[in-house]
Amino acid sequence: MPEVPVTAIARPAKGSAGRTGLWRTERPLIDSSKCVKCLLCWLYCPEGAITRGEDDSVEVDYEYCKGCGICANECPVKAIEMVPEAI
Amino acid sequence: MQKTVISGNEAVALGVKLAKVQVVAAYPITPQTIIVEKIAEYVESGELKARFINVESEHSAMAACIGAAAGGARVFTATSSQGLLYMSEMVFWAGGARLPVVMAVVNRAIAPPWSIWCDHNDALSQRDSGWVQLWVENVQEALDTVIQAYRIAEDERVMLPVMICLDGFLVSHSYEPIEVPSQQLVDSFLPEKTPAPYWIDVTNPRSYGTIASPETYMEFRYELQEAMEGAKRVVKEVDEDWGRLTGRSYGGLIDLYLCDDAEVVAVLIGSWAGDAKEAADIMRSRGVKAGVLRLRSTRPFPAEDLVEALKDVDAVAVVDRSLSPGLPSILLSEVKAALYEHGAKPYVKGFIAGLGGRDVTPQDFVNVFERTLKGFKKGETGKVEWVGLRGVGSGHR
Repeated sequence: MPEVPVTAIARPAKGSAGRTGLWRTERPLIDSSKCVKCLLCWLYCPEGAITRGEDDSVEVDYEYCKGCGICANECPVKAIEMVPEAI
Repeated sequence: MQKTVISGNEAVALGVKLAKVQVVAAYPITPQTIIVEKIAEYVESGELKARFINVESEHSAMAACIGAAAGGARVFTATSSQGLLYMSEMVFWAGGARLPVVMAVVNRAIAPPWSIWCDHNDALSQRDSGWVQLWVENVQEALDTVIQAYRIAEDERVMLPVMICLDGFLVSHSYEPIEVPSQQLVDSFLPEKTPAPYWIDVTNPRSYGTIASPETYMEFRYELQEAMEGAKRVVKEVDEDWGRLTGRSYGGLIDLYLCDDAEVVAVLIGSWAGDAKEAADIMRSRGVKAGVLRLRSTRPFPAEDLVEALKDVDAVAVVDRSLSPGLPSILLSEVKAALYEHGAKPYVKGFIAGLGGRDVTPQDFVNVFERTLKGFKKGETGKVEWVGLRGVGSGHR
């Protein structure tokens, strides 16, 4: 029998639940020309799938973004559009 | 050692104070409320240096206890009946997460019909939750068992939550003269809480209770079962240690009364063991060797000790204060399974009594002994009988 700890513990690691980007039916597209760098999308993303650059520009990590659309909903300048994934 | 006269609920609160519990989160429910009221007084007066968290429900009470226990604190909560059922999801969580939470359950019937009186179905509904379940007979044992419970729960061989079950009103609201151990004595018995290696550590962030794939889930469950097996020895050791310090011990997993030479033994849990013991005395005055086996622990289920105590007995009466509709008797089934597995085959008869606080007297237990011996001598089946049932005869039969 393999050694198991007393209780179930996971250390933080990127994508420990697998490539959740595969679950997505719609993808958020960020229009950087409209973006005001308020970082609300980065704050609200429940999966931490939006990365913040040194200049506060934002980028979606499509490997793990599940396409929930919260970022698009929160964006105060409507710089994020949800686009259906092509099959 | 100081003597005082207090109720079962007050004794539990006093045990919590003496155990130097650090976090208490609880919600009121009859007949448990006095426990947390008394603890709140201790916290307010500064006698107990603990954080008292007012919560909006029992579910939240246990969730707060789980968080505090995972943070390394010594925690306590208490509930009854409907409150325990509402808490149930988190009860299983504490067991599966192996957190040494201690909870008093003041046993009360489950509605409907609505009832606030004693019945064991509430705690027994949680018997598969991964909690050690200890049942007390009286006020002194309630106090002593709270203190013992922390030693058991926090033992590295166990690391399981412990539920102390005391009968609603019969113990919770009964006043008895008891001995109060000194703080110094309790401190020498119960070491200060030391955080286990897997407690939450803000400098080393980790997620707890995370998903386990089909490749690993079973092993966690196996470990839980192993911990329960380990708890058998620890419950006994802790009770023996307490006995050495105070002169009071309760038999570890089972409390035996006149069982050595007994021809008939009543098996049960809870405070009515006192009535059954009185009935055994009455039987013996009439020349019948009767005894009482009180299960102090139902989880872990002390199968080996039970079989050892019953293997030479002619007839066994298992008296349940609970109902598993369609089975119908919980303890009866567990006792029979233990005897069958170990090849001991005394005659076993089941009784259901005292549901929803129906009064049960020593005379009722005399009848139970007599009925069981009669069934044994006549070679009857051990069919379950309901004690004192009245007014039944509806169109359903």
